[in-house]
Amino acid sequence: MPSVTAARQRRLALGWLAALLLLVVIAGASVAIGARDLPLSQVWAALLDRESSDAGTLVWESRMPRTVIGLLAGLGLGVSGALIQAVTRNPLADPGILGVTAGSAFAVAIAVGILGLTSPSQFQWFAYLGALGTTVLVYLLGSWGGRSANPVHLTLAGVALGAVLSGIVTAIVLADPEGFNAMRAWESGNLQDRGWSGVTAIGSFMVVGLMVALALGPSLNAVALGDDFASALGANIILIRTAAVVAVTLLAGGATALAGPIAFVGLMIPHVARRFTGPDQRWILAYTLVLAPILLVSADMVGRLVVRPAELPVGIVTAFIGAPVLIYLARRMKVNSL
Amino acid sequence: MSAPTQQRHSVPEQGPKTWSRRTNPRATVVAGLLIAALGLLTVVAVGVGDYPLSPVEVVKAIFAGVDGGFASTVVLEWRMPRAIAAVAFGAALGVAGALFQTVTRNSLGSPDIIGFTTGSYTGVLIGVVLVGSSFLSTSIWAMIGGLATAAVVYVLAFRQGVQGFRLIIVGIGITAMLSSFNTYLLLQAQTEIAMAASIWAAGSLNLTEWSQVWPALILLGVLAPAVWLLARPLRQLELGDDSAKAHGVPVEPARMAIMAIGVALTAAVTAAAGPIAFIALAAPQVAARLMRTGGLPLFGSALVGGLLLLGADLIAQHVVPAAVPVGTVTVVIGGLYLIYVLAQQARRSA
Repeated sequence: MPSVTAARQRRLALGWLAALLLLVVIAGASVAIGARDLPLSQVWAALLDRESSDAGTLVWESRMPRTVIGLLAGLGLGVSGALIQAVTRNPLADPGILGVTAGSAFAVAIAVGILGLTSPSQFQWFAYLGALGTTVLVYLLGSWGGRSANPVHLTLAGVALGAVLSGIVTAIVLADPEGFNAMRAWESGNLQDRGWSGVTAIGSFMVVGLMVALALGPSLNAVALGDDFASALGANIILIRTAAVVAVTLLAGGATALAGPIAFVGLMIPHVARRFTGPDQRWILAYTLVLAPILLVSADMVGRLVVRPAELPVGIVTAFIGAPVLIYLARRMKVNSL
Repeated sequence: MSAPTQQRHSVPEQGPKTWSRRTNPRATVVAGLLIAALGLLTVVAVGVGDYPLSPVEVVKAIFAGVDGGFASTVVLEWRMPRAIAAVAFGAALGVAGALFQTVTRNSLGSPDIIGFTTGSYTGVLIGVVLVGSSFLSTSIWAMIGGLATAAVVYVLAFRQGVQGFRLIIVGIGITAMLSSFNTYLLLQAQTEIAMAASIWAAGSLNLTEWSQVWPALILLGVLAPAVWLLARPLRQLELGDDSAKAHGVPVEPARMAIMAIGVALTAAVTAAAGPIAFIALAAPQVAARLMRTGGLPLFGSALVGGLLLLGADLIAQHVVPAAVPVGTVTVVIGGLYLIYVLAQQARRSA
């Protein structure tokens, strides 16, 4: 038996490396390919010398930041999705369940509808703070009265608070055509014209979140067995859950602040990863970490190419690439719930 | 304190017939209170407006019938259709939610997961943005979009039967595709058209005449006996497929029938009023907590759903400074109430 396990581990590790390689290739392609045709040699020259030409400006100020944002957002959404599904033991859970999406939409609606801001770089911090604040509220609500925040309560609290906020957002936005327009652009989720603003700051918060998530990996397997088993195995359920909420907020909130609410990546990629890895949460996390940015960056590339010179928002393309894959997997797999 | 022990002893001894008839006194009391609250709120709702009527005047006007003068016209012809629609639609959504949450064994389950709501919005957007239809056919576009989507999800999830988890995953996939398609269509549309579509998508009860309400009411009336017939297989499915099979319930047909009825209930409401969010999700959860039943009570979900939508419509029309679509209010008060219920539970358990 041990040798079988070792072989399986080796196969999983090789698969992971192959996926990582694919990610590097796709990220490279995302820098090389765009609405404007640039020969590879020029892209290379522009990479080495950003000041020299307008190709340098294009590559460094447009394609590089959107590739980096795509990587960060994909990673953030995927990993937080895997975490939240493991911790709530609910395959329907996505980062939005903790109020991340509703919270940032609420803050953005206030920025747009009441303060009159219009550009994404102006309201990305609103989005982040909205996500952080709402998740904290959901967590407090889920653990009200000194009980531990159990998955059902967390989920219901997230749904409840998310509903309240989304109702207010709709009411604010429907009252103001200009805000409505800014909001429908933000809500589609896109990486267009973002530049470097906020990438370093928000990115570093997300790296902290990623560290926490990876540190949690081993204990998630215990959590998957149920609270009683996990406690019997010596896991500190409350600590794990709190840390997971912190990681989800930093990661998913950051992704939403950078790219807008991109649904579905966080929901779907962990299911796809599980299909390759089986139930071990550490491998699910590792695969999600690579597969989610692959989906997001390639979706962004497709969005730039299919309707040139216009663009499809990445949030729309991810769903159209991801959903058929998910449905295919769901039809092929046996009962493979959490 | 002896009641639970008695029950525990009696369950294995007696056949399924007996235990399914076991009544829960708390549930009965709560149901009575909810019915009373519904009656009261209806009288209040019908009395409020530019021509205010006291509850006594409202009751008089109702009993006076069509010949009762101006007050009767206001009550019976102008305000009653909307109030009745609110109660009936809310009840239908509550029941649909209870059916879906039970079948999928997931508190996040609702007719939304099979794509109906998103699909109906897609239908309307195609009608309004691409084809450019008049307002009248909005409900037809919604029906086409919603039913087609539900059918596609069911067919894609079918593989020697539909298993809850696969249905959920396929539903998520199709819903995600359609909702991003909806976003795309909205981005293409002019601001006014997009806003009009968004208002429809929020769900509004702008029904002013009986002729607008009757079709949906008749449809719901036809569906009610079907719900009643399905209640028993539903309770059996709650205990698990194997147990249901052992009690002679044909699992797969029962599940399909339950989902079909749930979709039909939602369709009737959506065609008339747009996708009114959150009632299907919240009403069963609230009802189960109020009545302290094990499963999700159908009748209780109907009562809570009706109360929720009627109250929300009252607020949307008269309390909020500018009239807003009722759907924005249902999500807010439904969400607040769910928060309150969670907090109550926490205080009890602490």
